[in-house]
Amino acid sequence: MSIMIDKSKCIGCGKCHIVCPGSLIKIGDDKKAFIKYPKDCWGCTSCIKECPVYAIGFYLGADIGGRGGLVHIESDADILRWIINHSDGKITEIDINRKESNQY
Amino acid sequence: MLLTVSEKFNEVTKRLEKLGLVILKDENGKYVTRGNRNLKINGENIKPILANAVESLPNVKILNRVNMTDFFVRNNRINGAFGIGIENDTLYIIEANAVIVATGGAAGLYKPNNPGFSRHKMWYPPFNTGAGYAMGIRSGAEMTSFEMRFIALRCKDTIAPTGTLAQGVGAKQINSLGEVYESKYGITTSQRVYGTVNENQEGRGPCYLRTEGITSKQDEALKKAYLNMAPSQTIKWIEDGKNPSEQNVEIEGTEPYIVGGHTASGYWVDTKRATTIKGLFAAGDVAGGCPQKYVTGALAEGEIAALSALEFINKNNGVHIDEISARERIEEAEGFLLEKKSRFSVEQLEEAMQKVMDAYAGGIKTNYRFNEKQLDIADEKILNITQLSKSLHADDFQELMYIYELRERLVVCRSVIAHLRARHETRWHCFAENLDYPEKDDRNFKKYINSRIENGKIKIILRNLVQGGAAYEHND
Repeated sequence: MSIMIDKSKCIGCGKCHIVCPGSLIKIGDDKKAFIKYPKDCWGCTSCIKECPVYAIGFYLGADIGGRGGLVHIESDADILRWIINHSDGKITEIDINRKESNQY
Repeated sequence: MLLTVSEKFNEVTKRLEKLGLVILKDENGKYVTRGNRNLKINGENIKPILANAVESLPNVKILNRVNMTDFFVRNNRINGAFGIGIENDTLYIIEANAVIVATGGAAGLYKPNNPGFSRHKMWYPPFNTGAGYAMGIRSGAEMTSFEMRFIALRCKDTIAPTGTLAQGVGAKQINSLGEVYESKYGITTSQRVYGTVNENQEGRGPCYLRTEGITSKQDEALKKAYLNMAPSQTIKWIEDGKNPSEQNVEIEGTEPYIVGGHTASGYWVDTKRATTIKGLFAAGDVAGGCPQKYVTGALAEGEIAALSALEFINKNNGVHIDEISARERIEEAEGFLLEKKSRFSVEQLEEAMQKVMDAYAGGIKTNYRFNEKQLDIADEKILNITQLSKSLHADDFQELMYIYELRERLVVCRSVIAHLRARHETRWHCFAENLDYPEKDDRNFKKYINSRIENGKIKIILRNLVQGGAAYEHND
């Protein structure tokens, strides 16, 4: 479980670098973000919530049952839209309203 | 201890809600409860809410990405702390009349469930290294209940919470024969873990939470709830192409953690949250003696500790960090940065430490069980790794932080081993299951096991339980 950062999309705003609780994301000499310690990711998903250009994809490692899907989040006000791009091209979307509590 | 946090639960919950935390309410405006101690929240933004509240306070200076590694203590009086700034390559020496330690507890002592690529997919933040405990232990503070480890029952692989399934949709624990086994063992956390371990050991694994047959509405609500608190589980359901209603969720126990918010491990504090070091106060996961305080308990303790610290600084002054102590810390850090004589990396020594704890101090490998001979071996091996860690090399300040984090974990490991050895009974299955003493012994061990470093050695102290209603003060 970790993240991958698409350098062609990254605008170097540094938001992911600021929010990572493990200080794992760095900004390179090319002013683009990169994950320096991919195995140390906790899977908190803070970075994919912050990235304004959806350059960061979160994925499950094969050791915990991942099947190659890549996850990013597009947010609009209180709505977080979780978008899972499956390896076969299928897409699943789930909307979360931040103003709603868990039902369980 | 429990009473003093309980008195503040409602007040801190109200304040957190006012700051923006979403809490589920019924049609009469009352909080909706889950079980007997939980509210239903949307907790995914609780940290930004708290961070923003702190940032907006006047006269508060925040040092982000500065990891504190040592206290300055002289004659059992705190004088300040030492830390490293990993973003600005700076060593910090901070003088302080009073200090509140409120770090997380300790993860990463034991080999985790997923030791490979997903090694950090664990119950507790892997960035909680035991720093708060280690700084106190090394400074001679009295600590309590490190033998009362916490082991969570989690969804297999994703290490996502199970309470949401058990309490939220009433999913029962079943073995591979479909038998409900939780009634056989009990439903406290240690009993739930113990039952799962035993069912597996006796050939009735794997074990599951029975979600098959729940409604599609429940499916959707569960997927949303997990995206808010442990997204990997929802992603797993989606990638599998099967909702929880279509497949039971396999469960397993995690590796053990030390965490005062769940168990009682931490600083031996009095009712005012004063530690045994003058001027040092503790709150939250590092403060011992107040189990199951969780988030609201940590907030309540923060307030109690802050008021006590204020009272303290009004009556005390004259702190000073002497040149020699400061120089010692700086030279130690510079040593790691300049010297290049180790054959090993931090990662290798961390793996070695986790392997030792797993095999000899009651990790997953031994179904959390241990005996005294194994603990002796564990202690000897941890001591060897500690020696090796002294000559590690760091290329930059982040790697320097990793060296200190390893040291913190090694210090906590030795205390955990000493405490496990001192409790000659088995009070909690899995949490502290001593095969040399498999029964509970109320006559001799309805006590706190405490410890303190004296002349470089861990000294064990047995203390009587504080009776209900009594306010505890340090007096020896």
